[in-house]
Amino acid sequence: MPYTKRPDKRKMDELRPVKAKIGIIPNADGSAMFSFGDTVAIAAVYGPKPLHPQHLQKPDRAIIRCVYNMLPFSVTERARPGPSRRSKEIGLITEKSLSGVVDLKRFPGTVIDIEIMILQANASTRCAGINAAAMALAHAGIVMKELVSSVSIGKIDDKIVVDITKEEEDYVEGEGSTDIPFTLTSNSQKITHLQLDGKMPTKRLKEAFESAKKACVKVYEFQVKALKGEEVK
Amino acid sequence: MPTQKQERKLVIPGEVIVSGDECLPGDFTRKEGKAIIASRYGLADFSGRVVKIIPVSGVFEPRRGNTVIGRVDDINFSGWNIDIGGPYGAFLPLSECPRFIDRNNIAEFANIGDVMNVKIWGIKKGGIDLSLRSRGLGKLEGGRIIRINPHKVPRVIGKEGSMINLIKNSTKTDITVGQNGYVWIKGELAGEDKAEKAIKLVVEEATSPGLTEKIEKFLGGLKK
Repeated sequence: MPYTKRPDKRKMDELRPVKAKIGIIPNADGSAMFSFGDTVAIAAVYGPKPLHPQHLQKPDRAIIRCVYNMLPFSVTERARPGPSRRSKEIGLITEKSLSGVVDLKRFPGTVIDIEIMILQANASTRCAGINAAAMALAHAGIVMKELVSSVSIGKIDDKIVVDITKEEEDYVEGEGSTDIPFTLTSNSQKITHLQLDGKMPTKRLKEAFESAKKACVKVYEFQVKALKGEEVK
Repeated sequence: MPTQKQERKLVIPGEVIVSGDECLPGDFTRKEGKAIIASRYGLADFSGRVVKIIPVSGVFEPRRGNTVIGRVDDINFSGWNIDIGGPYGAFLPLSECPRFIDRNNIAEFANIGDVMNVKIWGIKKGGIDLSLRSRGLGKLEGGRIIRINPHKVPRVIGKEGSMINLIKNSTKTDITVGQNGYVWIKGELAGEDKAEKAIKLVVEEATSPGLTEKIEKFLGGLKK
């Protein structure tokens, strides 16, 4: 049976309901929450602050240190707490997707710590995490060129869909499921992060990029609203 | 061209504040083509032709001449390492201390964990030098320390100290506000509590109009 309808009755290019809020962690210098439907991520930013041990310091710039953590109760089967191969990878990816827009030269030799926690997971957690982290960085008063917005694009069977869920990720019929998280800068729409899990012909990848551009504009609107103090759902 | 007394608009990084040739980029803004773009989260402020951003959040950014409150976190032969928050650690050399101190026992003057009111004397690459050579600086004994957003410090102090004096007088406490967002309060226990709550209220309501009246009401209300 070809894939014509999404399990949650969304259109092919429709995001799940988004929630976003800033200032949720009073002790952090900046914090934010971002959620795509059931996927909920919170991010806290601390710094710039002195970096120890000293050999990690960069004499000409600050570094970003990002920790991604999936809380044990965030998935149906209890996730083993603590760092894993996956969380290290996603921490690094987040770091790199954000370092392009942050002005790191302002406070050389310091560190900006970002902590992302996934409270609830239903696929696209890294995208929700990056969106929350970008908002938290802005809220922490860090000098940056622009924001970044992240969205996952999927190819389910032969259809390009936006913001895939766990159910779609596990689709096996036909061509199966491919998951491509994109992170784009908000104004210039340049890619700061792209991963691909599955199979994808080059032509379809361009198509996926076009729909990522459209979806990221929508995500950015929510981020702006939340940062300006308006309530996002 | 925008007139001066305009309500300040909250802007986010990457947002176009104004477009046109007549405006010049100030603090935390940049010009791309004709547009002036924000680089930081804060309030856009127009003063004449210059557009700048007034930060509302973030860590303390040390400037020369700031009076700050810090905690001693290490002692060495030539002085004290002091944590004043913000991006870099700070150092108070023995020579910047106005009274005589025994070189072999400098912990006698200030030990690890002690809180001091100090002045930023100079900022070098990767380090801040402090000084005690000014009025009202030195060790702070007793009382309590609270931490507030350093960008709200001007509000807590008020015009020529009006807000802080109001809180001081009605709670009968001694208060020192460091520009790094650390506030030291000393007095009777009840007074300290009241002053702490009042300061937190000022920070929370920093942008609302009629702030002084609100605080007066709050301080008066607790007395009864």
